Amino acid sequence: MGFSDAVTSHLGGETMTLCYQCGTCASSCPVAKITPSFNPREVIKLSLLGAKDEILSGDAIWLCCSCYNCQERCPQRVQIADVIYALRNIAIEKGHIPNIYSEFASALLNDGRIVNVSQFVENKRESIGLPPLQPVGVEALRKILSATKFNKLQKQEKSQ
Amino acid sequence: MTKYALFLGCTIPARQPNYELSARKSLEKLGVELVDLANMTCCCPPPIQSIDLETSLAVAAYNISIAEEAGLDIVTLCSGCFESLAMANTMLKNDEALKSRVNMILSKAGKNFQGNIKVKHFLQVLTQDVGIKHLKQSVSKPLSSLKVAAFYGCHALRPSELLELDDPERPSILENLIEAIGAKNVEYRNKLKCCGGLLRGFSDDLALDLAREKVANTSKAGADCIATLCPFCFVALDIGQIQIRAKLKESYDMPVLHYSELLALALGVSPKELALETHKIKTDKVLSKML
Repeated sequence: MGFSDAVTSHLGGETMTLCYQCGTCASSCPVAKITPSFNPREVIKLSLLGAKDEILSGDAIWLCCSCYNCQERCPQRVQIADVIYALRNIAIEKGHIPNIYSEFASALLNDGRIVNVSQFVENKRESIGLPPLQPVGVEALRKILSATKFNKLQKQEKSQ
Repeated sequence: MTKYALFLGCTIPARQPNYELSARKSLEKLGVELVDLANMTCCCPPPIQSIDLETSLAVAAYNISIAEEAGLDIVTLCSGCFESLAMANTMLKNDEALKSRVNMILSKAGKNFQGNIKVKHFLQVLTQDVGIKHLKQSVSKPLSSLKVAAFYGCHALRPSELLELDDPERPSILENLIEAIGAKNVEYRNKLKCCGGLLRGFSDDLALDLAREKVANTSKAGADCIATLCPFCFVALDIGQIQIRAKLKESYDMPVLHYSELLALALGVSPKELALETHKIKTDKVLSKML
């Protein structure tokens, strides 16, 4: 399977081949305005051309701020922000995970939250007038993460 | 009485008691009851969607299924939670194949997504359930001398097709709510542009650059404060100003308040009950204008 097919068969990547390179995305992108390192039109072009290594091991796909401006305005209805999620998902499957994302993954697996609520903060709730926090469904969550093999993405990152 | 399951998420209980207190107190005064359900988890917002979209959809659906079992619609405060839950809710309601795929995963945790409840943002509960008229009548301390710069952030509005909160290019829900509490809405340049929050931790320089523009433009427009809806935008703009001062040597003093905080003040909640010390940029300027 070519790279472009791998992207369109991934959840979120389905609409990529509708792109006709008009550049509406790039002109709507707040990040492209401040750095030459990211341009959504370029990311899609390179992916369509099969430049797998450049896309998956480069920084560009991680510089999208997920604002969805491009997706709202695309005349071809390419789900650009979702295509970028698909590219990130594939990059991580291949072992390219930025540190901050492995921290999010570990936190989710360990605590069921991506930002941990410290015991100190939890104890303070009553004194400032907040009700106690309900328990987090960590056990159920782990079963889901195991069914989607999310926990394996984590292991792969650890073995690097 | 209107009743909702409150989906609290991660960042608000961990870092922003100011958001939680003001939202709970406001809704109580406006006659909306909040129920805290057990066993909810992280909503799986963009940082987890970036790792695995299928996992994010499944976890969002899991959380929705807990509210379904309780027979309650969900209200979220955080726009990240709103985006992931409302997006999953609409996608799964409209796509039987995707719904079966996700329910297969949820069966491992003994859950099932039905698709019979709504996921609403805090703002929608205010406009749709409370209503602007009742909200206006409930204001005891109108913020009449306050000039407020509305900031939507991204994930309350977009992707609009799935979230259906307001027009993504010309929204008005927040401006209307600002005026409903007696404050003046201030227009500023590039209002709908991202705060850069999700780039924090990967590219802090780009994130700060985007936050700087927001603070500079609202200052130039003469706003007394920025009104936010999302804990990530709050961090990007509030703590962001301290980092902008240190790294970019530009000094701003623009208070950032969640809309819920302005609302609670207008409804007569004492500032002392709102954990305003959470703010890095002092809110005194805003409070002094209320006298």
